[in-house]
Amino acid sequence: MSEQTAIHPLYAQLISKFPDSVVRDDRAGFNGVVVQPLNLLEVVKELRDSLGYDYLSSVTAADDFPEERLEVIYHLFKSVGGAPAVIKVFLGREEPVVPSLTPMYPGAELQEREVWDLYGIRFANHPDLRRILLWEGFQGFPLRKDWKEPLYEEDVKPFKSRWPEGKGERKELLNPYKDNVQYPREFEPSTVSGDVDQAMYKSLEYSDDPNSRVIKTDQLVVNLGPQHPSTHGVFRMAVVLEGETIVNLKPVVGYLHRNHEKIGERNTWLQNMPYTDRLDYLAPMSNNFGYAITVEKLMGIVPTERAEYIRVMMAELTRIASHTMTTGFLLNDLGAYFTPALYALEERELILDVFEEVAGSRMMVNYFRFGGVVRDVSPEVLKKIKHLVYNRLPRKIDELDKYISANEIVRTRCEGVGVLTADDAIAFSTTGPNLRASGVPYDIRRADPYSIYESLDFDVCTHDHGDVYDRYRVRIDEIRQSIRILKQVLDRIPEGPIMAGKPQYATKVPAGEAYGRVEGPRGELGFYVVSDGKPNPKRYHVRAPSFINLTSLAQMCKGAKVADAVTILGAVDIVLGEVDR
Amino acid sequence: MAENDLNNPEIDIPDELKQQIAVTTLDRIYNWSRSNSLWPMMFGLACCAIEMICTAASRYDLSRFGMEVMRPSPRQADVMIVSGTVTKKMVPQIVRLYNQMSEPKYVIAMGACASGGGPFKEGYNVVPGVDKFIPVDVYVAGCPPTPQALLHGLITLQKKIEGEHIPDTRWYKKGEVEALPIPILGPDLMDPRHFELIREETHKPLPVVDVIIEGGETA
Amino acid sequence: MNGFGILKGLWITLRHFFDTYLSEFGRNRKKLPLDDQRGMVNSPGLFTIQYPEEVLAAPEEFRVIPFLVYEAGDYDQRKYRCTSCGICAKVCPTQCIYITRKKDAETGKPIPSPEEFYIDTDKCMNCGFCAEFCPFDAIKMNHDFELATYERGETHIFNKEKLGKPVEYYAKIRPVNYALEVAEKAEKAEKSTAA
Repeated sequence: MSEQTAIHPLYAQLISKFPDSVVRDDRAGFNGVVVQPLNLLEVVKELRDSLGYDYLSSVTAADDFPEERLEVIYHLFKSVGGAPAVIKVFLGREEPVVPSLTPMYPGAELQEREVWDLYGIRFANHPDLRRILLWEGFQGFPLRKDWKEPLYEEDVKPFKSRWPEGKGERKELLNPYKDNVQYPREFEPSTVSGDVDQAMYKSLEYSDDPNSRVIKTDQLVVNLGPQHPSTHGVFRMAVVLEGETIVNLKPVVGYLHRNHEKIGERNTWLQNMPYTDRLDYLAPMSNNFGYAITVEKLMGIVPTERAEYIRVMMAELTRIASHTMTTGFLLNDLGAYFTPALYALEERELILDVFEEVAGSRMMVNYFRFGGVVRDVSPEVLKKIKHLVYNRLPRKIDELDKYISANEIVRTRCEGVGVLTADDAIAFSTTGPNLRASGVPYDIRRADPYSIYESLDFDVCTHDHGDVYDRYRVRIDEIRQSIRILKQVLDRIPEGPIMAGKPQYATKVPAGEAYGRVEGPRGELGFYVVSDGKPNPKRYHVRAPSFINLTSLAQMCKGAKVADAVTILGAVDIVLGEVDR
Repeated sequence: MAENDLNNPEIDIPDELKQQIAVTTLDRIYNWSRSNSLWPMMFGLACCAIEMICTAASRYDLSRFGMEVMRPSPRQADVMIVSGTVTKKMVPQIVRLYNQMSEPKYVIAMGACASGGGPFKEGYNVVPGVDKFIPVDVYVAGCPPTPQALLHGLITLQKKIEGEHIPDTRWYKKGEVEALPIPILGPDLMDPRHFELIREETHKPLPVVDVIIEGGETA
Repeated sequence: MNGFGILKGLWITLRHFFDTYLSEFGRNRKKLPLDDQRGMVNSPGLFTIQYPEEVLAAPEEFRVIPFLVYEAGDYDQRKYRCTSCGICAKVCPTQCIYITRKKDAETGKPIPSPEEFYIDTDKCMNCGFCAEFCPFDAIKMNHDFELATYERGETHIFNKEKLGKPVEYYAKIRPVNYALEVAEKAEKAEKSTAA
């Protein structure tokens, strides 16, 4: 970040190829190139077809308020590994339009909808540009810096009303409606019908031709969710059925949209750490990890060696806990009501016990700090982890494997269901076990190594069929690899300090941007942060793996039966806290 | 069965019969049986739902309280555990589910989010407490409450049920209980009970702040 | 053979069911002490915690809602360690801590003691930052999770009285931390007397 003069050869190549439309982003601490909106498609086409950047990881936007400018930021990767190509487009605040990348990268679909929803940036030629996290008819674009929420207090935390004259009052009671709401001027409530799903139903394509159908019945729309035991939370699928076969499917999300990014931009850097726990609440340690390494990148600090080992240890434990739970609940979705999930939860409980001891909470660990971890792991806890890793977990995973893998019901229900080819998986920006089950050996721990993963010995697990069964197999294999990593970490963990420098609550982060990513249990968990040197991030974006994995859900489910859709969703493994943020 | 839960202490039972018979009031046996077969609704919203699942799993084992029958359908459930952040987009569905539950019905607000908005309260899409829309019987603090804390909440609810009397319970009263109005999603979440207030507030003349008037003139 | 998988699956469940009984007999129907149930080093698996009768031992770092440490003063007065410096209120991610600083009644100058101290437990996310960054060891995380109530309007904003806990309580729930803290203070005192 410091060598502002050196330009990455990739960007130099792009600038020489498109001298009129591509310029370098030369703000201090920033990298990448800025592309004219009209030329975006040809530049990206060049990147994809000639330079091999075939994986569009993240699409997001930022508001440069008070400057009259919005940015759209793309992070592209090669599916063989390496650093990102960062492309930016600058737009005005009034009626911003940018061409959609969906025709080239179908994986951009949901992310572009999210940008439209939160920033009001229109994507031309997007097949289905509707609000995604909020509902149609919502007033305003909430992530713009000049938009204020009903319970707005101040631009940044800490709020001045807390000290030294704190009153201990509830903020919503000061609102005229005694609630967290606001309405436009001269608003007549009875004019609103409240039917917010019209556009969604319209976007579901029916075929009206009765001769095209196998069964001569009407196609019908069924909503699974948001309250449905198979959808793992408050996820909703609107499914068009012909008999029992799925003709079309739309994921409807946003029922758990908790405004993570808006709150994150008010928080100080450190205050975001416990909020990241609540993203993917089945793998809090990975979330901490991702956020910590991103901010460390920006701050230019390196954690101590012992801290690195502890971090990897916790991240791998969390992966095991998450994968066992997913496997258990996949069986639950298959109809083996709750029993396998109970067996899986046992192992998870034991890992949570470890977390509770080192971090103080079972789920919301808040364990990582910039430059290290908050607390050392005591020898007793290490002994406990050793027992888990050497005695208990391998035995239990073998048991789980033995019970499930050869079971004929599991095999008939899972094999050949929800197939995603390798090319499709890359195009849809699928990540994690889902991508590897399609035969793409892409694991960020190997593709773009972070922390101490480079020195550790483990395999990237892949399977070739891309169906539900392979997704399950990849998870079981990954648990085994995690145990392998844990053994090495436990052998080598050095003594020493756990924090680089003194723990501080006021973090100084130099101006600039950083995109950090880790391989969470659900795939590439990316954090995009922009700092302007103040105590609070200017932009804080989470590239949530399970949200982007949902893009390919319709592709996987088309042609399958309704019962299979439940299985496919179970194997995609979404966590709603992360999908909706 | 705990003896002092059910037996009425005002009637003397001969010592030799103490193990064989129990004298009780209708209220007590009715409440006792109800409170020990509460069926929760299988309804998870956010992080707390995972702790709810752990509570139902073998280590904490809800079935010790007769609550293991998690019903996905609201019509068969007695208690709704609102486990997680209630968003504006979700609250119409929650009220609808509550309306569909048959009496007697109870609501537990599990965790800080469901009780009062929690850490996400300042967000634009978060309801500051589910009790703004449905009546809540027990609030369980914690973020998220551990399984033991949820069990404590459920025991607290059992105590409440044990203190109820048949004559003044809601579901034996004459007349129909009105369904709760379902909130509407407009430019923001609208509670039908507040329409008048919304009209009044949004039609109020703007407070006289110099800055706004000046801005209006220049524009 | 078709249908065999179902039988196999049922057999697994049945075996687990019997195992729970057999393991009890194997240990002469003796229950393991609670610590071992958690430590699972000596036990074959997990045990159900009979919650209201027995409570799982909380590890030292376990955190729920914070509490304010006070030392006993004369006439049962509470001498809070808090100096109302406001660091906890500043570092709190949800901004759920409200402090009113005490002022001298005559001069109006601030006194390092809290006049009022509120924590809105409906917002608190139990993250532990306040305890972590308090320079005076005045605020700590409590282990008490039995906080279910029937009402929240009045009871869920904890005030200074409700938050206060004696220093002995702190020593009891966090013995290791307390010992460290005492040692540190003794060292400091020694240094200052030496100087």
